Amino acid sequence: MSAFLSIRNLSAAIRGGPRLLRAVSLDVEVGEVRGLVGESGAGKSMIGKAVLGILPRAVEVVAGEIWLDGVDLLRLRPAERRRRIGATAALIPQDPLTALNPSRRIGRQITDRLVDILGWRRGAAEARALELLNEVRVPEPERVMRAYPHELSGGMRQRVLIASAFAAEPKLIVADEPTTALDVTVQKQILRLIAQMQARHGTALLFVTHDLGVVSKVCGSLSVLYGGLVVEETSVRDFFRAPAHPYSAALLAATPKYTDPAAGLNPVPAAVIDAVRAEVAAADRNWPHG
Amino acid sequence: MADLYTVSDLRLGLPDMTRKPLFGAAPRIGILHGLSFSVPKGEVLGIVGGSGSGKSTLGRVLVRLLEPTGGRVLFDGQDISHLPEDRLRPLRRRFQMIFQDPMSSLNPRRRIGGIIAAPLQLHGFDRISARVDEALDHVGLPRAFRHRFPHELSGGQRQRVGIARAIAMRPDFILADEIVSGLDVSSQAQVLALLAELVRDLGLTLAFISHDLSVVRRLCTSTMVLHQGRIVEHRPTDALFAAPEADYTRELLDAIPLPDPDQRWDLAAG
Amino acid sequence: MLDARGLVRRRLGLRLWLSGGWLLLLLFAALLAPWIAPHNPLEQDLFTSRLPPFWMPGAEPGYWLGTDSLGRDVLSRIMHGARIALIVAFIAGTATMLIGATLGLIAGYYRGWADIVISRLIDIWMAFPPVLFAILLIAVMGPGLTSVIVAIIVIDWTRFARVVRAEAMTQGAMDYVASARVAGQRRLGTMLTEILPNVLPTIGVLLTLEMGIAVIVEAILSFVNLSISTDAPTWGGMIAEGRLAIHQAWWVLVFPLITLFLTVLSFSQLGEGLKDRYDPVLR
Repeated sequence: MSAFLSIRNLSAAIRGGPRLLRAVSLDVEVGEVRGLVGESGAGKSMIGKAVLGILPRAVEVVAGEIWLDGVDLLRLRPAERRRRIGATAALIPQDPLTALNPSRRIGRQITDRLVDILGWRRGAAEARALELLNEVRVPEPERVMRAYPHELSGGMRQRVLIASAFAAEPKLIVADEPTTALDVTVQKQILRLIAQMQARHGTALLFVTHDLGVVSKVCGSLSVLYGGLVVEETSVRDFFRAPAHPYSAALLAATPKYTDPAAGLNPVPAAVIDAVRAEVAAADRNWPHG
Repeated sequence: MADLYTVSDLRLGLPDMTRKPLFGAAPRIGILHGLSFSVPKGEVLGIVGGSGSGKSTLGRVLVRLLEPTGGRVLFDGQDISHLPEDRLRPLRRRFQMIFQDPMSSLNPRRRIGGIIAAPLQLHGFDRISARVDEALDHVGLPRAFRHRFPHELSGGQRQRVGIARAIAMRPDFILADEIVSGLDVSSQAQVLALLAELVRDLGLTLAFISHDLSVVRRLCTSTMVLHQGRIVEHRPTDALFAAPEADYTRELLDAIPLPDPDQRWDLAAG
Repeated sequence: MLDARGLVRRRLGLRLWLSGGWLLLLLFAALLAPWIAPHNPLEQDLFTSRLPPFWMPGAEPGYWLGTDSLGRDVLSRIMHGARIALIVAFIAGTATMLIGATLGLIAGYYRGWADIVISRLIDIWMAFPPVLFAILLIAVMGPGLTSVIVAIIVIDWTRFARVVRAEAMTQGAMDYVASARVAGQRRLGTMLTEILPNVLPTIGVLLTLEMGIAVIVEAILSFVNLSISTDAPTWGGMIAEGRLAIHQAWWVLVFPLITLFLTVLSFSQLGEGLKDRYDPVLR
């Protein structure tokens, strides 16, 4: 029995250009939280977008398989793929400012997906939205349903987006840097909320972040990416105890830690970067598409 | 040691354009509510706080991009709170600023060399080309980069250009406003190491604005915590982190996710 | 990560070739019209009236695009009309740009009182119906090339002022402007070295658009007989005359109309194409 989400040798590239993902493989079980960690350009967001079928127009999947609940998404016709993804997966986006349509009421934006894609009746969808807003502890949910996004704070908007993501009981959620735009105190509340919701609903969660601190709080396992290549795949516990890959170790050493001013903020040594770049180049050696 | 900055009862309000009446001035929203502190020469001061704490506003008052509405700012004994721009100009060489977003703080239509040279020319420096080279050397960028445009550089390199532009003037004081928040951890570490080295070598006084307490812990000798336009705590960094006195400081520290799975957050609460 | 935009090689592009080519051809025809036009554009000859263009039966050699009801050669008239169209385009376009962009730049960068005065002026100005405005103006000044150019400037400076003001405001909020102030640069210097270069591509696009609009406005004014003296050939005048004989000699109407259309389209395409090609910062 393979995992709930199973990505096999996924390669993606800019059309007619360089590769962005280099034969990425990873599994996410039901109820598991897997972190995707890396610096900008590592391809971590690209994986989440590929799973949800929302890659930018200029990027195409050139090889590999994405098995979601026993079906290879990449073999489905586009309409069928959209329907399956819509019924099984959801996204918690990075920027709560731009993820909500500023000219539509919150309630409509949560219920639309249920009504349009899953065919719920409007009344049932509204009841469900209220239930979810309660669950993510939005104060005065009835009022918030009728509010416009600009009337809410950043943290509240992110709560609304979390409610919206969980509304249709998806089995997989992709969270793409969901707290990067938030203050650290709000971040803590939102991370807790995501962890609670994930545990309660037993969702598989793919958590994209650049922040190793956040990973250590939320994730059970993680994949470290560099240049579209998975350089390490391990449990969170093992990673923080003894990272196996030199690049992972350097990343950890570069992360600041207020409890230990002597540790952290060590620049990544040039030798480590050279070595991991060589690995990326080696991965391209057997690349048939040039 | 003498104080470079002495700030007393600093207040600042900005006009609230959403509630501006048809005629007359808009009502003011208070941003800074009576801040008093001093910055000794050679200090590396960390200014931390969440969004809306007023930390960036405070920084912009220190370099007089904003004019305070109350209180006094003394720079090296001289009151700069309300100095008009032409009297401020000779002083401007002495306090410089590095901006958060290196992309928007570097004019996209000018080459790196021109960007670093422009302030030098304004202040009538000699040997400008040599000084540009020197500044690039200082921040560890190849001299050939003077011919490039900002969009041809990586984020970390752009931020180095921002630093080079500030130090080329040989200022007494530099304000660094969230200068690493847009960078990856690896370039972040490099830029901070560079900044620490320059502060030491050039004998700079630095104010470092950041939302990231871990970075402040590493870099700064003293730390000021702002919350809603007020100073809630301002002490030597070691003391502040060892035993935070203000509730808000404790709350901030507790909220930082340490890269350590043994730090437990009570997931049932919150 | 390197910004990939810097690596993309930009090609000259078909639209730049086509639009630039047409405008060059037109410029060439306009400059050399007295020497290369097959006929005198004012010469009337009732024996050659309403000759069809060259591919139709009954065409006369030497009258490539036919003649109008007074026997004047259509091609020669279009070429001479191009002189007036291009003079209006360049002079009116440039003058409109200088006035509008300057005011927009000042309003957008200095803000405060300058902005309030200029913005209110723009609002009031734009509340007048532009064509009526132009007709009134020419009625006062009397028809003529100068009146046409002044009318275009008076109508259209607000277009530049509004767009440039908005653009200058956006640029003014950028940190490199704050950075120039920290460095101790004067306001005027900052406007010229930091703001203006970043607004120039927009001004360039607007300028080419404006030239196209100037050509249209001139055509409209000559269509309603308010441009320059009626016997000088203008595209608008030709279209107006052609309209009267559309069933007997459609070519008198159609050829100047096509020329006008291609010219206006080329101006707008040229601006966009040049911006794509030469703007170092793609947006």
